[in-house]
Amino acid sequence: MRQTETITVNMGPQHPSTHGVLRLVVELEGETVKRVEPVIGYLHTGMEKELENQRYIQAVTVTDRMDYLSPLGNNLVWCLAVERLCGLEPPPKGQYLRVLLAELQRISSHLVWLGSHVMDLGATSVFLYCLREREAVLDLFEIASGVRLMTSFIRPGGLRQDVPPEFYDGTMVNGRGMLGLRRFIADFPSRIDDYEALLTGNPIFCQRTQGVGRLSAQQAVDLCLTGANLRASGVDYDVRKAFPYSRYDEFDFAVPLGANGDVFDRYTCRIAELRQSARIVTQALARIDALGPDAPVNSDDRDYVPPPKPELAWSMESLIRHFKIWTEGIKPPAGEVYVQIESPRGELGVYLVSAGGNKPVRAHIRPPAFVNLQAVGAMAKGHMIADLVACLGSLDPVLGEIDR
Amino acid sequence: MGDVRPDALSPAHAALGERLSARFGERVASEPPCRGQWIVAVAPAELLAVLAFARDELGLGHLSDVTAVDHLERAPRFDVVYQLAAPQLGVRLTVKTRVAPGEAVPSVTELWAGANYPEREVYDLFGIPFEGHPHLARILLPDEFEGHPLRRDFPLGEVEVDFDIPHRKRFSHAPN
Repeated sequence: MRQTETITVNMGPQHPSTHGVLRLVVELEGETVKRVEPVIGYLHTGMEKELENQRYIQAVTVTDRMDYLSPLGNNLVWCLAVERLCGLEPPPKGQYLRVLLAELQRISSHLVWLGSHVMDLGATSVFLYCLREREAVLDLFEIASGVRLMTSFIRPGGLRQDVPPEFYDGTMVNGRGMLGLRRFIADFPSRIDDYEALLTGNPIFCQRTQGVGRLSAQQAVDLCLTGANLRASGVDYDVRKAFPYSRYDEFDFAVPLGANGDVFDRYTCRIAELRQSARIVTQALARIDALGPDAPVNSDDRDYVPPPKPELAWSMESLIRHFKIWTEGIKPPAGEVYVQIESPRGELGVYLVSAGGNKPVRAHIRPPAFVNLQAVGAMAKGHMIADLVACLGSLDPVLGEIDR
Repeated sequence: MGDVRPDALSPAHAALGERLSARFGERVASEPPCRGQWIVAVAPAELLAVLAFARDELGLGHLSDVTAVDHLERAPRFDVVYQLAAPQLGVRLTVKTRVAPGEAVPSVTELWAGANYPEREVYDLFGIPFEGHPHLARILLPDEFEGHPLRRDFPLGEVEVDFDIPHRKRFSHAPN
């Protein structure tokens, strides 16, 4: 039978493999995808307007809620932008702890991506193993900040507080054991081997992913892709290497690149990134150990960073600063900055314009998942509709960040 | 941060800046660098030529971001802001162009197809039209939404949210 007519179907907004509330309008000829048009905005909550109406420190809690798989990364980029406006720099231990937390966040985000992406392709058990390790990372965040997801732990000038010793060595909470960081990071490389044993050589997984959703390097740059989606096409751009922040230039790690730019290469890039993140965490841990438990984590610039609580008991000046910073907020000098970090999904940027007040005139987020989502049409065109699910999952979309 | 002095440009930036001004002269106005950030301003008519030159000749091949700023009291009111990056050189460039409300900016989608969504977002939230854009429609807000919320004269929290009234009436305990 000759197929000449196309039909248009809706995939989503409620669909298990759309990773959130995403609707894809798909034009099909038989089972072949002719055109894909993502329809977004279902989770839009006007976060940029909200950021412009919050004081700089309050806004940290808003950034948590954007990319809900990487709240510490969002905290970090916001704080780096505020710090560049103010000319602040946290002390070394604060910087290394930020690197450590950001890489743990990358590990936990990639684990959710890996689990849900391969579950879309039919491999259910990997999801369970990935979530097991992610739980251990969330336990670490809980020990450090008291919160598992919306941590708001990174603040302008440093961190909310130093992490307790249990963070490194583990603890028991309500009869439940929480792995410490040392134990987790010692075990983790062998866990990655487990995932790879289930997937990398698996003929079904390879058939579903190899040669599917290919993007050339030229296409990837043209579509403004960033992160593992760009590097899988062989373009060497990692913000941590190109524009180092938080002392990333002191760390020894590689940037994994792909060759074919297909779904399988995006998978291998992210798996290799998991290994590199584990390396960075180990190095950061050694540096933090070398600095000792009493090294400060916060900048002592009292114009922008609230004084430590015990100081309020004996210093009138500190009490006034504390009161001013928590009621009036901090006031960075006028200016504008664009600061970017390598979030698990790619280049996460913050553009801030300050007029010298306690709220920004303009706060803009450059969300990597939003820009990356444009590639789904180019990737899925000409493939079967089942491959569309593979293409979409390989982009690692997080709808909270796409819609903001 | 760290080694970059605030408000000073690195030598790599300065070298590219000279090539840019050698090509365009007065038509590209250098703004004072802010916290080590290299910023230039161009007229909307020159925008595509400057961005194409930056991409093809200066090596600033990655378009990171397109956004806008509403300077409410200034005329012309809006800045449309482009962020370019050259990862191999470690150089970033901010290009700005000023427009009045209703005035169109040339779309850069012909240089980077990935500018499509960011430009739609600016159109949606600021109401700045982009000339030559393949599909200029609202993207985050519903199509029937009125106004552009990121404009600074758009109030926060004073617009009534239109909930579905018949749905509420079905529950007898819901307040009317």
